[in-house]
Amino acid sequence: MDGFTPVSALLGGMMIGTAAALLLILNGRIAGISGIIGGLIGRPSGETGWRAAFLAGLVLAPLLYRLAGSLPAVTVDASVPRLAVAGLLVGFGARLGSGCTSGHGVCGLGRLSPRSLVATGTFMAVAILTVLVARHLAGA
Amino acid sequence: MERTFSAFGAGLLFGLGLLVSGMADPGKVLAFLDVTGRWDASLVLVMAGAVAVSAAGTLLARRRGRPLLASRLEIPTRRDIDPRLVGGAAIFGLGWALVGLCPGPALTLLTVAPAQAATFVAAMVAGMLLVGLLMPTAEDADASKRSRAGP
Repeated sequence: MDGFTPVSALLGGMMIGTAAALLLILNGRIAGISGIIGGLIGRPSGETGWRAAFLAGLVLAPLLYRLAGSLPAVTVDASVPRLAVAGLLVGFGARLGSGCTSGHGVCGLGRLSPRSLVATGTFMAVAILTVLVARHLAGA
Repeated sequence: MERTFSAFGAGLLFGLGLLVSGMADPGKVLAFLDVTGRWDASLVLVMAGAVAVSAAGTLLARRRGRPLLASRLEIPTRRDIDPRLVGGAAIFGLGWALVGLCPGPALTLLTVAPAQAATFVAAMVAGMLLVGLLMPTAEDADASKRSRAGP
């Protein structure tokens, strides 16, 4: 096993969970990123303020992190066409399936939603299979 | 106003959590998905920590009944498993595995790896809009009829 970072993984995970818990306890809303973006585009729901603020927090987090220390290394090893195709599939799939890693994974599993259990199991299985094919079978 | 501040704080903490946990690093996400290669199990712990705290938060929110800054809890209540859910999740999983990016980390990386993250986010928003155009739900169709008819 390579690059296993159990302490920061657990700590960071608990921060993500705390953020989701805060949004629910304070605002009564689910911290599903694709759902929050979805509410801002397409038909306006009149609930744009908190959505835009949540997304702004997500975008600005690295600037706050930098005040405390240097950012962790990030590897984005993909060409522009690959990034575009991946983004298109992620956006389409998340909207069609009513959620992504945060909405179904973190929030949905946290309340044992049957839909989120099925969605999380499905996207995990497909993602693992895709990496298996791309990295080990197709040699891409 | 308070609701905007609390949402901003939650977003900030969410983003910091993505950075601290390694979830914002597509390389690490792909290493987690690569179970037959040099598997990095860290993301199991990210999910475990996140789900445990989120579960406690849900219990607390439900026990209180009413959120502190809003009039009611908006928690999805559907329980049916339909083709949209499974198909959407499968398409999402495929896209996630191509680069190692999902919506939250893509937004957080906008200030870290701007060119790549912006490409991904633009395509992601286009993908979301396509669902509304190609496969609108009954609810979407009603809303668009209403908006065409004017207020």
